[in-house]
Amino acid sequence: MSTPDAGLLVALVGNPNTGKSTLFNALTGLRQRVGNYPGVTVARKSGTCDLGDGQKVELVDLPGLYSLAAASPDEQVVIDALAGNIAGDRRPDAVVLVADATNLLRNLFLASQVAELGRPVVLVLNQADVAKEQGLRIDAELLSRRLGGVPVVLTSAWKGEGIADVRRAIARVLAQRTPMKRVAWPANIAAALADVAVTAAADTGKEVAAADAQRLLFDGNATTADRIGWTLAQREKTLRSARDRVRNSGYNPMAAEPLVHYAHLRVALEGVVTEGMGKAGRTAAVDGLLLHRILGPILFAGIMLGLFASVFWLAKFPMEWIQSGVDAFKGVVAPPLDAYPMLQSLLTDGIIGGVGAFLAFLPQILILFLFVGILEDSGYMARAAFIMDRLFSWCGLNGKSFVPMLSGFACAIPGLLSTRTIEDPKARLATAFVVPFMSCSARFPIYALMCAAFIGPLYGPGWESVVMVGMHCVGLFFAVPTAFVLTRFVLKVKPQPFVLELPRYQMPKPRDVLWRMWQNAAEFVSKAGTVIFAITIIVWALSYFPRDAAVADRIKAANPAASEEVVKAKVQAAYVEQSYMGRFGKAVQPVFDPLGFDWKITVGVLASFPAREVIVSTLGVTYSVGEGAKADSQHLRQAMQDAKWSEGPRAGRPIFSLAAVLALMVFFALCSQCGPTIATLAQETGGWKWAAGSFFYMTALAWVVSTLVYQVVIRLL
Amino acid sequence: MTPLSQLLPGQFGKLASLNPERGVDQRLMALGLLPGMALKLIRKAPLGDPLAIEFGGQVVSLRLAEAENLIVDVSADCPIQRPRQP
Ligand SMILES: Nc1nc2c(ncn2[C@@H]2O[C@H](COP(=O)(O)OP(=O)(O)OP(=O)(O)O)[C@@H](O)[C@H]2O)c(=O)[nH]1
Ligand SMILES: [Mg+2]
Repeated sequence: MSTPDAGLLVALVGNPNTGKSTLFNALTGLRQRVGNYPGVTVARKSGTCDLGDGQKVELVDLPGLYSLAAASPDEQVVIDALAGNIAGDRRPDAVVLVADATNLLRNLFLASQVAELGRPVVLVLNQADVAKEQGLRIDAELLSRRLGGVPVVLTSAWKGEGIADVRRAIARVLAQRTPMKRVAWPANIAAALADVAVTAAADTGKEVAAADAQRLLFDGNATTADRIGWTLAQREKTLRSARDRVRNSGYNPMAAEPLVHYAHLRVALEGVVTEGMGKAGRTAAVDGLLLHRILGPILFAGIMLGLFASVFWLAKFPMEWIQSGVDAFKGVVAPPLDAYPMLQSLLTDGIIGGVGAFLAFLPQILILFLFVGILEDSGYMARAAFIMDRLFSWCGLNGKSFVPMLSGFACAIPGLLSTRTIEDPKARLATAFVVPFMSCSARFPIYALMCAAFIGPLYGPGWESVVMVGMHCVGLFFAVPTAFVLTRFVLKVKPQPFVLELPRYQMPKPRDVLWRMWQNAAEFVSKAGTVIFAITIIVWALSYFPRDAAVADRIKAANPAASEEVVKAKVQAAYVEQSYMGRFGKAVQPVFDPLGFDWKITVGVLASFPAREVIVSTLGVTYSVGEGAKADSQHLRQAMQDAKWSEGPRAGRPIFSLAAVLALMVFFALCSQCGPTIATLAQETGGWKWAAGSFFYMTALAWVVSTLVYQVVIRLL
Repeated sequence: MTPLSQLLPGQFGKLASLNPERGVDQRLMALGLLPGMALKLIRKAPLGDPLAIEFGGQVVSLRLAEAENLIVDVSADCPIQRPRQP
C-alpha cells in the first residue's frame, strides 16, 4: 500500500467553526488548536492520516470560509490549496467537506461551489451530537444519492464518533474518484461561463477550468485573473459582455451564483432533514442575558474583573509554594559552595534567583489561560466583539479586528496571525499595528510583582485587581486613537463591514481548554529555560564583574568599627555599583530619570527589550547579587521596598514610590519589548518598515506617557 | 418596505431586496440571505450598533450602516423558524 511519499493529498474544507480542526486532530492524532469562534485556524497545517487499511495520506487542515469568492488572506489560502497553487504543494486528490449538521443548507453552499472543481469529495456532517439533541434526523443515504453518490458521513468529531467511517470514505473516493453532483446552470449563464472559459484560454494559452471561469465571471476581485495571467485589457470586454448576458437572463451577475446554488440545494435537501422532538437551544436565552442592553456591559466588566481577581486569589498559595521551594533549593545549594563565592553567586543569585523569580508566575499564567480557554470555548468571545464593536468602529477598525486584538491579550503573535481574516489589506495593517498594544500575558508578571510588592501592601488586595484591570486597559486606551489616526489619515482605510457569526454556546470542553492551558504553560516554562536563562546569566555576569579585591579592602579600611554584617553589605553594594552593569546602568540612567527609574531598573528595562518578561528575573538578580542564599523572595520584595535613592535630589527617598511603580507598569504596558512580535509583524506586513515603525512608536510613546505619569503622580502625592 | 436598520428588536420580515454590488451584501448572500428569506432582528448591541439578525437558523452580527441597503417586507406573514419546543 502507498505511503505519504506516494503523495496522496486530502484537504479539509468547510465553513468556519464547523469542527475541521477537531476532525483533523481525530484523524491524524495531532493537536491543532480549536475554539468556539469563527477564524481559529488561519494557516494551512498538515499531518499524516491512516485510512485504516495501512494506506496513509497527507491531510491538510485549512482555515474556514463561507464562499470561494474569497477576499481575506486566510480564505485565499484555501483557494490556493484547492488549486494546487501553493509553492511546493499539489492539487488535493480528494476534498473532505466538513459541514455543520445543524445548518446544512448554508454549509452546503460552499460544498456546492467546491463540487465545481470536479475533485473526489467526502461530505462530513459534523456535530451530529448537537443535531440529534436538537431533534434533527438526517437521512445521509438520501443526501448521498441526491449529491451523485458521494459518501455522506455523520460524525461527532469531538467525541471521536464516525471517524473510522471518514477514513473508509476517503479511501473509497480515492479509489473510485467520485465527484459531487454539480449544479445545472441556466442556459444563459452556462453560455456566458463557456464564453469566459474559451476566451480566457485563448488569451492566456492555457486551459481554463470551469471553476476558474465561475470565479472570473462572478467575482468582483481579480485574484483568479491574476493567477491565470489574464490581463485587464484582455478580459474587460469579454467579462462585460458575459455579465450582460447573465443580466439579460434575469439574474444580477453578482447574485447569480448564490441564487442558483441555493435553489439547487433546496431541492437536494428536500426531505433529508426531519425535525423531531428535541431540546430547544439555550443560546437565545443566554444571549438575552449576556447581550442585554444594561446587564450585558455590566456582566462583561464583571467577567473581566472577576477573571483577574480570581487569578490572584487562586494563584496565591501555589505561588508561595514555588517561592518557598526556590528558597529551599537555594538553601541546599549554597552552603557546600561557600568556598567558591563566584560559583555560589552564579547559581543562587543568578540562575536560581532569576529563573525562580520568573517561574513563580507559572500558577498565574496557568489560571489565566484556563479562564481564557473557558471563555473562548464557551462561545463568549464573539459576543464580546459584538458588545465592543461600537467602541472600535469609530476609529475605523474592522469589527473583525476585535478577535485579533482579543487574542493579543494572550500573546501578540497569534493575534497578528489572526489578522489574516481581514479582507482589506489596509485595515489589516492598521489592526496588526495595534495588536502589540494589547496587554499580553508576558506583561502579567511585572504587573503582578508590582501589585504584590507595593499596591497590595499599601492599599489592600481590592486595589490589586483594580490596578491589574487598569493596566490591561492602558494599551487599549492608546491603541484606539492610534488606530484612528492610522486609518483616517495615514492609510485612509474604507469603513469595514462587520459580518460575524455568533456561534451557539456550548459547555467548554475540558480536553480542549486544558490542552490550551498546557501549551501555554509549556511555552512559558521553555522560555524560562532559554531566553530567560541566557539573559539572566549575562545580567548576573555583568553585575558580578569586575571583582577587584581592592574595593573590599578600601571599604573595610574605611569602616574599622562597623560590625561584620554591615561591612559585608557595604562591600556587596560597592561591588555592584562598580560592576560593568552598574557603570553602564548609571551611564544610561539619565534617559530614564524623568520616569523615576534608578540605574537598576534601567538595566532591567534595557535587558527586557528582547522579551519583556526578563524584567522580573533581572530585578531578581540585581536586587540579590551578593546576598547568596539569604535572598529569598520575601527578601527580594523587602529589598525593593527598602531601596532608596543614594544620591541626587531624591536622596533618601524610596525608589519604588507609587509614582515610579505606576510609571514602570505603564512603561511595560506600552513599550515594544518582544523580538518575536517585531519579526512576526515584519512577516505579516511584508517588510521591516511597519515593524520598525511599530518599535519606535511604541517605545517613544511608552517613554512619554510614563514620564507624564511619574511627574504628575509625584507632584500629587 | 423598511430598511433593516429601522426594524425594532424582535420584528420579523422577509428580505425584499439588497444591493448585490456591495461586498457586505455578497457575504450575506453567501450565508443564504437572498430575497424572499425570512429574517428577524433579534437585538441591537448595548451601544445601539451593531445588530444581531437571525435567518436560516443562524445568528449574524451586522452594522447599522450595512443594514440600510437591506430592504425588508415586514407585512409579509413569515414567522421565522421558531426554536424547536420539547
Ligand atoms: N458538540 C460538538 N462540538 C464540536 C464537534 N466538533 C467540534 N466541536 C466544537 O466546535 C468548535 C469549533 O471546532 P474547530 O475544530 O475549532 O472548528 P474549525 O472548523 O477548525 O474552525 P475554524 O478554524 O475557525 O474554521 C469547538 O468548540 C469544538 O469543540 C462535535 O462533533 N460536537
Ligand atoms: Mg480550525
